Amino acid sequence: MSTETAPDRVADRPQSGRLRSSRMVGWDGAVVVVTALFIVIAALTVEHFGTSRNAGFLILDLAPVLLLALPMTLIIVTGEIDLSVASTVGLTSSAMGVMWNNGLPLETIMPLCVVIGAVLGAVNGIFVTALGLPSLAVTIGTLALYRGLAFVLLGDTAVADFPRDFTGWTIGDLGASSIPNVLIPMLVIAGLFAAVLHATPTGRAIVATGANATAASFAGIPVGRVKFWLYVTSGAVAGLVGVFWTLRYSSARADNAAGLELTVVAAVLLGGVSIFGGKGTLPGVLAGVVLLTSLQNALRLADVSTEALTVVTGSLLIVSVLAPNVVTAVRTTLSRRRARLRMTPTS
Amino acid sequence: MTLVARPTDSAPTTRTGSTLLDAVLRFRALGLLIALVAMVAATAAVNSRFVSQQSIRDILLGAAITILLAVGMTVVVLTRGIDLSVGSVLGLSAYVTADFLQVNPGTPVPVAMLLGLAIGAGCGLVNGAVIHFGKVPALVATLGTLYVFRGIVYFVAGGSRINASDMPRGFLDFGTDRVLGIPYLIIVSLVVVVLAGVFLSRYRAGRDMYALGSSPEAAKLAGIPAGRRLLTAYVLCGALAGLGGVLHAARFGTVDASAGSGMELNVVAAVVVGGVAIFGGSGTVFGAALGALLLTVISNALPVLSVDQFWQQAIVGALILGAIGLDRFVGLRVSASLRRKDSHVD
Amino acid sequence: MSASRTRRVRAFTSAALGLSLALTVAACGGTTQDSNEDEGGGGDEPAATADAGGEFETGLSIAMLPKSVNNPYFDASSEGAEAAVGELEGEYEYTGPSDTAASSQVSYINTLSQQAADVILLSANDPNALCSSLEQARAAGTSVVTFDSDVDPSCRDAFVSQVDGAEVGRTLIEMMSEQIGGEGQIAILSATANATNQNAWIAVIEEELANNPDYANVELVATVYGDDEDEKSFQETQGLLQANPELKGIISPTTVGIAAAARYLQGSEYKGQIALTGLGTPNQMREFVKDGTVTEFALWDPTALGELAAYAGAAVASGIITGAEGDTFTAGELGEYTVGADGVIILGPPTRFNADNIDDFDF
Repeated sequence: MSTETAPDRVADRPQSGRLRSSRMVGWDGAVVVVTALFIVIAALTVEHFGTSRNAGFLILDLAPVLLLALPMTLIIVTGEIDLSVASTVGLTSSAMGVMWNNGLPLETIMPLCVVIGAVLGAVNGIFVTALGLPSLAVTIGTLALYRGLAFVLLGDTAVADFPRDFTGWTIGDLGASSIPNVLIPMLVIAGLFAAVLHATPTGRAIVATGANATAASFAGIPVGRVKFWLYVTSGAVAGLVGVFWTLRYSSARADNAAGLELTVVAAVLLGGVSIFGGKGTLPGVLAGVVLLTSLQNALRLADVSTEALTVVTGSLLIVSVLAPNVVTAVRTTLSRRRARLRMTPTS
Repeated sequence: MTLVARPTDSAPTTRTGSTLLDAVLRFRALGLLIALVAMVAATAAVNSRFVSQQSIRDILLGAAITILLAVGMTVVVLTRGIDLSVGSVLGLSAYVTADFLQVNPGTPVPVAMLLGLAIGAGCGLVNGAVIHFGKVPALVATLGTLYVFRGIVYFVAGGSRINASDMPRGFLDFGTDRVLGIPYLIIVSLVVVVLAGVFLSRYRAGRDMYALGSSPEAAKLAGIPAGRRLLTAYVLCGALAGLGGVLHAARFGTVDASAGSGMELNVVAAVVVGGVAIFGGSGTVFGAALGALLLTVISNALPVLSVDQFWQQAIVGALILGAIGLDRFVGLRVSASLRRKDSHVD
Repeated sequence: MSASRTRRVRAFTSAALGLSLALTVAACGGTTQDSNEDEGGGGDEPAATADAGGEFETGLSIAMLPKSVNNPYFDASSEGAEAAVGELEGEYEYTGPSDTAASSQVSYINTLSQQAADVILLSANDPNALCSSLEQARAAGTSVVTFDSDVDPSCRDAFVSQVDGAEVGRTLIEMMSEQIGGEGQIAILSATANATNQNAWIAVIEEELANNPDYANVELVATVYGDDEDEKSFQETQGLLQANPELKGIISPTTVGIAAAARYLQGSEYKGQIALTGLGTPNQMREFVKDGTVTEFALWDPTALGELAAYAGAAVASGIITGAEGDTFTAGELGEYTVGADGVIILGPPTRFNADNIDDFDF
């Protein structure tokens, strides 16, 4: 991705750093505000949306998207992409079913799934960094490969006899409250990612890599290694999601989470992360995830048809990139006009 | 990857000074051919019916639609773009065309094909406009329209399905009939491949696609109308997907809202396996067509070889990885030897 | 920098590991499949006793949740259900995902239970993945009746089965045997490999082949899966004919598969040579029956299935039946039905369609 678009980016951004950063903050902020507004309006107008029970369902629905969006954000910020995440979820879910069938204890299986995910991520990482192949093509390849292997492992059968202690915990609430058990771990992980991206040298290295890989490596940032470990992290998180998905639906299947990568990428871009790399914030992404899933939830509650859901998701994705571009174009035109007014009519 | 830039067409007329490049590209097409022949030979050894007339016709028929879409995708990928919405465009065109034929059974087949082309071109225009005027990256834009167009198909079709008995006899015959033993669908695909091949190698607008993909800045500086060319590429890709939809309806005789779902993966795989560089600037429609054919042969051979069909998707994935890895390897070798010869790389 | 980077990533990974381990807090010691044998069940305590002579309540909100909404088969079921709900003066809704993933159905079940639907009529994409959300819905007072495709019996009140599974299997093999003259190789083109219905029918076919002397000379040589996709089913049919030159007939117990196989045969040199039968809708198959590609196939009436499901749902919600064996209720014009073992209600025998009667049906 990065190599593909790097020259364009330079060409398309003659603006000053100030303008760029203000645009970024603008979009992130806008998404957060829009999300908050949307939730308030939906709670007031859509029946059943504002109930604590619905909030619980919503959190369970958005958990896999949110978790996968975290490493995806970092990867896209470096200017790469990982389209294989949902297939990694499927493959770890299949592996979980096979291991369970072979009598392994769940306590061993669950960490193993995370390790398997990390290994799958490392394969992506090697192709992208060591062999220097375009991440788009590599992860489209592993999207097919991992999903195919998931079917090879488990065929079309489902493993469903996971113990209720575990499946119940996954969808259960904390004590007598209506806060789902998974919320706290999810927030902790999200916090970790946010801290790394926004408050550590590692985070700055990630942003620098995406902004200009050549400059970053001249500045001593091990660009390849940063990207490699991001893919490993992405795989590990996908493995964790594979465990969550399997337990939540009490069903290990090869087709689990099929197509989820599109939702994840849509949510990340909606959250204001640039597909060209170099910019993006995790609060924005969190807002993007919440906006996308709560919008779908509200539309369903309002009995809006499935086709509308599909169209809305696709349009949001395009608009999330189109809108900032339009805003910039308008601003540039305005500031040029202002500049022209200030100066003499001859350019 | 853009190293193997401009003079990539294997058409003899575009031969450049570098015989090495020609050799590499021939080697690539040759490699594909060898893989094809090996695959067919191995399968035929297990079951001789695999090379029967009927079987070969089936394989070519199966490949026909993928080839069409792969040709369109090639043009887009050459410009450094990608079009993930082709499956949804195919579905939209297939449904709308079938529905039109249901209402107007007297429609001649060419008119149906034109209708499909027009629907596809319209979708392609939307893609091109969002990408060019909206400055939205192709991946994002077409990922979005993948959803949007599919949503429109759901909207138009609802839960209904158009069955063979609803479509005019003549149109269905077009899906199965043949001239001199060759099914019409294959003829349509071959004509499109040849036309697109000529367009890309002989016409200015076609060659500009390579230039745009090799180096967008240089192309702009050289006065190439980038916007118009990009729009052309996406409209072409959409139109071919639309035509694919018409062929889909004719061949399967059953169309519902899910026609063509997930097809984009196979098309991208065919193009990449066919040696079109995912970063643009290099590749031919002939390679892409061979790639599509190879993938079809593999998926047809698996049941004959009694290989567990679950392997199919894994094999497609492995092929994509293998193909881009090979390209990288060849690219590095070429640039190294070019450097040795002290010639221009770009 | 690089060192700190690596360390941090490692910290990440171990944090992730830790979290996944934290999931195990609820259990102590190793939890393996073996220690799990006696789990499951639960939730199916026979609630109130059935009020067999009771009246249907009016004003019930009844929602149908099909496997996916863009499927003509379920459109037909929905028509039947809507008519029944109209009779019962209830409120009807037809909603569901556009893909056939089990997880998508979960969201819709949650939504319906939020909306406090009285009855959910469900055709399940997965026998187990929906259970927990169905249990939540039932705990909130929604009655769950499955139709067409069942879930684990503990997670629903009743299941309206299109037909007796054994009878479908027997009908299929009987039609095939008639068409190939009682001897030769046959193959099966099914839906997905874990489709509950298809596998049950295939098991019956295999059993009949093994034990019924009428079929002593019929041999099942292959079972392939077209995943209910046109293109895949098409290709699998091609593969079957190539891999088995002696093949006499194909049974396709799925509406998508039989239509794709018929379309392939129609355009190939095998037309009329290979017998094809299975389960298909008359509208899809009319073309192929008229031109002789297909002689006879079978199906139940999906509209009647939807209608019966709606009555069964209303009967559960009104307390007329509880889903226990032996309960009876009247399903409008369809007549009286009795609940069988495991809460299964059977619609009736499948209908066979051929050139003589196909024009009498429109679905």
